[in-house]
Amino acid sequence: MSTGRQTIRRAALCACLATLAMVAQAAPDATRGEQVYARCLACHALASDRVGPRHCGLIGRRAASVAGFDYSPAMKHSGIVWNEKSLNGFLAKPMRAVPGTSMTYDGVPIAADRADLIAYLKKVNTEAVCQPGSAKP
Amino acid sequence: MSFFKISDPVAARRLFLGRSGGMVLSGAAVALLAGNDALAAKAGGSKAGDVQILNTAIGAELEAIAAYQLGAESGLLTKPVLDLAVTFQGHHKEHVALLSSTVEKLGGKAVIAKAKYNFPIDQLKSQLDVLKFAAQLEQGAVSAYLGAVPLFGNRNLAKAAASILGDEAMHWAVLRQAIGEAPVPSAFMA
Repeated sequence: MSTGRQTIRRAALCACLATLAMVAQAAPDATRGEQVYARCLACHALASDRVGPRHCGLIGRRAASVAGFDYSPAMKHSGIVWNEKSLNGFLAKPMRAVPGTSMTYDGVPIAADRADLIAYLKKVNTEAVCQPGSAKP
Repeated sequence: MSFFKISDPVAARRLFLGRSGGMVLSGAAVALLAGNDALAAKAGGSKAGDVQILNTAIGAELEAIAAYQLGAESGLLTKPVLDLAVTFQGHHKEHVALLSSTVEKLGGKAVIAKAKYNFPIDQLKSQLDVLKFAAQLEQGAVSAYLGAVPLFGNRNLAKAAASILGDEAMHWAVLRQAIGEAPVPSAFMA
């Protein structure tokens, strides 16, 4: 009987730990996403266009729609609207998602990194750096 | 010991050059610079794709050159740091020369510098600000080249890009050291 209770307790504990692990995996970390964003800084900035277009306002924006930025024809014709799903797919393998894109980058291969990065882009869009009149690029 | 902490600029420069003097171009880069079109063109892969990758890299390199110019002209840098900035800028100019000539050899047209770049000028108020800004760009450059290397159809171009990646990584490490951070923060780059 005692052994049976122990087995049940162990099973319950395992279930709890598994649930905690799933929750931990499922919660993107915007702070960590900012560190992942460092990979983007050769070409991108938040509030100004560089080799790549600005990232402020990215979520919900139609691809190739930043006025004055010189996009590739492939991106212009991609029909993408940037949201969590489309960003996740693009960032995993940009040149596979949009063949011909100027973003000649192999991608962010780890799903958790992509989730954290997207969480950061969402969060930072609400901050001062992305508000009109901000001086920070 | 950081050479930025050495009071004698000549000694600091000598130390820096002593540390970096062993750097040489990879065989692929040398071959490309020497005009070995056959080597540049062989090994299959998509020429158009390779040209696109190279042109994206050139765009970032040109911006880095402009950023170092901004730092050099800011009046915020002490002599050893100014010398360092000019040295690193020179490396980026060499990268552009190599990459642009390769684009031409592949039948493409290399991108040229923009008339104007958007830099956070209002945030660069001290030498430390300039160094942090440069470090940020160099870290991004390492990641950008790392993300480009696997994409080349021509493996010789991948090798040349990896050679440049090594240079960018050294820039980043030196700049991190200068701003008081661990020069090499991890065993792997992403």
